[in-house]
Parts: sequence; C-alpha cells; structure tokens
Amino acid sequence: MGKKVESSFVNMVVVLFTITLIAAAAVGYVFTLTESTIAQANAQKESDAIKNVIPVEFADITSEKVAVGADTVEVFYAKNGNQIVGTAVKSFTNSGFNGYISIMVGFDTKGTITGYSVLSQGETPGLGSKMVDWFTESGKGNIIGKNPGDKGISVKKDGGEIDAITAATISSRAFCDAVNRAAQALGGVSAWSGATPTNEQSVESENNEQVEPVKE
Amino acid sequence: MSKFGIILNGLIKENPTFVLVLGMCPTLAVTSSATNGLGMGLATTFVLIMSNLVISLIAGFIPDKVRIPSFIVVIAAFVTIVQLLMQAYLPALNDALGLFIPLIVVNCIVLGRAEAFACKNNAVDSILDGIGMGLGFTFALTLLGAIRELLGSGKVFNMTIFPEEYGTLVFVLAPGAFIVLGYLIAIVNRIRKV
Repeated sequence: MGKKVESSFVNMVVVLFTITLIAAAAVGYVFTLTESTIAQANAQKESDAIKNVIPVEFADITSEKVAVGADTVEVFYAKNGNQIVGTAVKSFTNSGFNGYISIMVGFDTKGTITGYSVLSQGETPGLGSKMVDWFTESGKGNIIGKNPGDKGISVKKDGGEIDAITAATISSRAFCDAVNRAAQALGGVSAWSGATPTNEQSVESENNEQVEPVKE
Repeated sequence: MSKFGIILNGLIKENPTFVLVLGMCPTLAVTSSATNGLGMGLATTFVLIMSNLVISLIAGFIPDKVRIPSFIVVIAAFVTIVQLLMQAYLPALNDALGLFIPLIVVNCIVLGRAEAFACKNNAVDSILDGIGMGLGFTFALTLLGAIRELLGSGKVFNMTIFPEEYGTLVFVLAPGAFIVLGYLIAIVNRIRKV
C-alpha cells in the first residue's frame, strides 16, 4: 500500500469523480430509506406535543394557519364535537442564542397556558437547552397556569414575572417571545368564545387588525 | 503491533483527546453532560470505523494530490448517513446532538486517522484502529462530560448526586470545559509516565 499513485490530470479527475459519485449514491440511498421514517417521527413528535400541552381529553383536531405580523404560525384546535376544549399553537422565535427555536404551546379556552413542548432548539447544552423543562410546573420558571393577557410574559430582568434560566437570559427571552407569538395568534381569533372559525380568510383579516406590536 | 495492541493504542497510549489533543471543537462544545459526551463519542466512533475501513480499501487507487479531498468526501458521506439514521431512529439523541453531528466531518481525529493509519494499513487493522480511537474518544468525552455535569449541576447521567444549588455554574460553561480538560490531561500524562 505504502507506494504513492502518480497524479495525472486524468486519474485525478476520474478517481475524484468516481468517489463523489459513489458517495452521493450512498447518501441518496440512505435518504430515500429514512425519508418516510423521519417524516413519521416528526409528525409523531408534533401530535405527541399537542397531546402533551392540552391536558383535557379531546376527540379530534383541526388546524389552520394564522398570521402574526409578518409571520405565520399553525394553530391546532382540540375539539369534542363542535366544542373547542383547548388550543395548541406551533410557534417559533428567531431570537434564540443559536437562532431558531420551535415550540408548541397549549392554551385553555380562557387563554391560560396549559403546557408547552419544545419541538426544536439549538441552544447551548446545559444552559439554554434547559428550557425543555425549566418553564414547566416542576421547573423554576413555571409558566403553566399563567395568562399572557395583553402584555405577554417576560423574564424578571425585563420587568416580567418569569424566572429566567440561570445564565441563559437570552434563551429565556427568546422562549417568552415564542410564547407571546403563540398567544398573539389566538388574540384575534374568535376561538375564545368557543365558536369554530368557519371562514379562514375573515379570521385572518380580523386577526391582522387586532394584532398589537410585540416587543422582540 | 498485535491486534489487541492497536485497540489499546487508541484507548490509552495515543488517546485522541488526552494525548494527541485532537478534535477539541466537539470535545469542548458537547461535553456539558455525560449523555451528550457519550452520544457524540459513539457517533464519531461509527464514522471513524466506517471511514477507516473504506479509506484503507481505496487508498491504493487514489492519486496523491487528491488524497485529502477524497478522504473528506468519504467522511462527509458517512456523517450524513449517521445524521439521517439518527433523525429517523433516535430522534431524542438527535435533539440533543443534532447541531454537532455535521462537525464530525471536520473533526481532525477522523481525517487524522485516515491520513496517519488507514491509508497505510490493511482493512482489518484500520477497523481496529477506528474502534480503539473511537472508544478512546468516547471514553474521554464521557469522562469530561460526567465531571462537568457533576461539578456544574450535581448530576451524572441525569441522576442527582447532590442538590443542584451546590453546583458551580462555570463548569457547564466553556471555561469549565478548558479547566476540567486541563486537569484531566495533566492526570493522564502523570499516569502514562509511571
């Protein structure tokens, strides 16, 4: 083996091309093999998250996209028959320490937070990543049972009442931002009266009018 | 060198983290908990074994000047495969490590072993070298992660050893990684001299 292969233009091109071709084929094969499983795992994660954040029993789920300012979030209505028993909002923020964070937040019919579930985050392990259980009832910065109301939730440093994660204020702020975005998505939706939104378009335009600027 | 010697070489004598001081980026970044260290170590081990195997087989055909690009392509392919498999079958681990997996491509241990060992040795020895180096790396990362997790938050593998209030936050942060790694390297070097 130790001997070196002479490098000519032709054999360099041929060898490198062959290797990249085989590598691409291998990656492509694994991709097709895992594609459906990954999609399934993500869908499973989403429906688990919805069940997790809505503590009451429900029969089925309808979803719609709601615009919040320039962004769009997905809202899931948990129903028994025509009665809405809880709402889950798949919200996000781009202001995390490492950018994008996606969370599922559950609200009861009065707009009180019933639970949350972090879908994806890239926060520093051991610090910002603690948001996964920090804001739960057993955690230190509990948001469950709080109602974001008009002002939204914010960390104590910003005058709010949520305990930020130790040494991860930026991540905590980002988390509050995502929760507020979720709350805002519901602010203009007629869901709180218990009625089912029938016309998405009217819901959206109505929503846009009532949206208040949120502190980023 | 005996077959067993090759494995032992990576584990202790030329431990990639404590002795060769390679792959510092993932070492310092992911070891904030023992679980993360273990997961990262095992993912790297898989890539190391596979890339060592393939590179030892094809090294004889690769012209010298395109050696490194070829190795990187092989390594990157395996890293992508690991990432896809993890997303599909180990979503929980993927949540914790997803960010760091692509970094395995530029982990100098993998390229280093391809250059220093796999392209000069036969397939079996290269696999053994991959196992040894991989386990050595896993061992180092898990140890580092366990110590940082214990000192930082009073837990090891998420089991509480002492209340979190007594933990020293700095050990979870980057400076703590340097401090713990420095002491571990000193200890390992002292032991090797005996």
